[in-house]
Amino acid sequence: MQLVHAPLREFTAGFVRDRIAVVALAALFVILSAAVFAPFVSPQDPYDLAQLDILDSKLAPGAKAGVGFTFWLGSDDQGRDMVSAILYGLRISLGVGALATAIALALGMAIGLISAYAGGWLDSLIMRLVDLQLSFPSILIALVLLAVVGQGVDKIVIALITVQWAYYARTVRGAALVERRKEYVDAARVMAFSSGRIVFRHILPNVLPPLIVVATVQVAHAIALEATLSFLGLGMPITSPSLGLLISNGFAHLLSGRYWISFFPGIALLATIVAINLVGDRLRDVLNPRLGSHYGT
Amino acid sequence: MLAFAIRRLLQSIAVLFVMSALVFVGVYAIGNPVDILINPQADQAEIAAATRALGLDQPLWRQYWSFLAGALAGDLGKSFAANIPAVQLILERMPATLELALGAMVIAVVLGIPLGLWAGLRPDSVSGRVIMAGSILGFSLPTFWVGLMLIMVFSVWLGWLPPTGRGETVKVLGVTVSFLTWDGLQHLFMPALNLALFKLSLLIRLTRAGTREALAQDYVRFARAKGLTMERVVRVHVLKNIMIPVVTVTGLEFGSLIAFAIVTETIFAWPGMGKLLIDSINVLDRPVIVAYLLIIVLLFVLINLIVDLAYTALDPRVRLRGRSA
Repeated sequence: MQLVHAPLREFTAGFVRDRIAVVALAALFVILSAAVFAPFVSPQDPYDLAQLDILDSKLAPGAKAGVGFTFWLGSDDQGRDMVSAILYGLRISLGVGALATAIALALGMAIGLISAYAGGWLDSLIMRLVDLQLSFPSILIALVLLAVVGQGVDKIVIALITVQWAYYARTVRGAALVERRKEYVDAARVMAFSSGRIVFRHILPNVLPPLIVVATVQVAHAIALEATLSFLGLGMPITSPSLGLLISNGFAHLLSGRYWISFFPGIALLATIVAINLVGDRLRDVLNPRLGSHYGT
Repeated sequence: MLAFAIRRLLQSIAVLFVMSALVFVGVYAIGNPVDILINPQADQAEIAAATRALGLDQPLWRQYWSFLAGALAGDLGKSFAANIPAVQLILERMPATLELALGAMVIAVVLGIPLGLWAGLRPDSVSGRVIMAGSILGFSLPTFWVGLMLIMVFSVWLGWLPPTGRGETVKVLGVTVSFLTWDGLQHLFMPALNLALFKLSLLIRLTRAGTREALAQDYVRFARAKGLTMERVVRVHVLKNIMIPVVTVTGLEFGSLIAFAIVTETIFAWPGMGKLLIDSINVLDRPVIVAYLLIIVLLFVLINLIVDLAYTALDPRVRLRGRSA
């Protein structure tokens, strides 16, 4: 048991040595909790029309609502409390980003492992495809896809998976090619284990660290990309108001000086992305064996 | 070099074929092509006639062949909305996008290289840390939101800059440009700054890393030992050596600037081809969408080809690897 626990403890010790990363992790935890428990912590259900009063619309931050609480971050054109709208929006943004990343991770991992283990023409074909896709910016690929298949939550998830899988496939393949030449794989082969068992039970756990790093950063990318697509009107439908849609809604009121409808959802989005990126940066430093000297410094 | 150039050219043509096939399958074969290519208001008789006229009763490979033949001749159908050839519509909008992308590139290079150099020379100073923190923020800030905030601050609160449009333009060699008039320049500044933000952060990090690496090299120590001033060492020795990666990345990133211009153009109502794409998607003007895709693919393949060839000319070691698509 000691062998199983020691790396985890070392990893934790390495991570907490960077104070900024710890603060970022704490912030991320707060953001995640706020998103998960949005229905319990927000002052109102922003999409229950019975709780909205049109007389409360477009109130500045700090104004008192007719329905009895304070709009700390103002209200939008429907008289919706921005704090509540942001908490519900975070929920949708994080949910879509995490779901798409999880599926893309599984898909890219499987394709990368197959590519590395099979080699030959299949490997070349898959890697050419990855090269081809990565030579175009992800926003362009996602836009094209959504232009062809149309709008919807399922479609934006598909678009986010499509732009992400190639990163994982390339990362896994690179790491797996290194692992494949190691002795423990030879040993497993001598013991006549099946290819599937060797790939998934032996190689996979060893290629996970670089993959976790890429996945962390990709979640941030996915959330930002979804927000951008939603802002352009090609992402989430108005029945699922993510942060990007809230910002887009505020755009119409910007020129009349009502900055808060766009500003605060953007701050929430920015805080989420920065927190994820900082945690990802630290993970890369701690998990990267080439930076051995940095480990825990 | 010639053999490499020819091989690289053949690769680019192969990529173009693959992408055209993907676009074809995506837009023509998925769903009912008649819906895509014919005005939605058409009646049954018109649809039947159009199906025959478009050759949709032919086998798929034959349809792809005629699509390709049309594309090569520059004919990708007429825009439903504007009723002029889609390719012409996009080419009319292209100068605005190129101007915006070039403007952003100029801002990124003019600010990014000096700031990166400064941060690289003084990595532990307060100013160096502030620059780096700024570049991290630049990577994380959602571009479209920054655009909105720029409008908020500079147009609504301060009233210094106009929020939308291209302003007064002049024709130079048949191309309309904004940057030669004061009004046009005012209109260009905010969108270009918005688009530049991400590349600016990238260039700062790249230049800083290159500078720090170069400062640790023997030739810098030798130049200092020879009695040269630090200023001359930086200007002549360090800067020259960090320019190769910087130039390459700048070239490669130009394509992504054109892609990201879609977002910036939508915010600032800049009449480029990115805004045209979004407008066309909103009204389902499919010939324009297809034409945009094929033109942007061609543009990307060209940029990648030029950067690869330029890089090979600069650094012969690349020829031996020469694998990237």
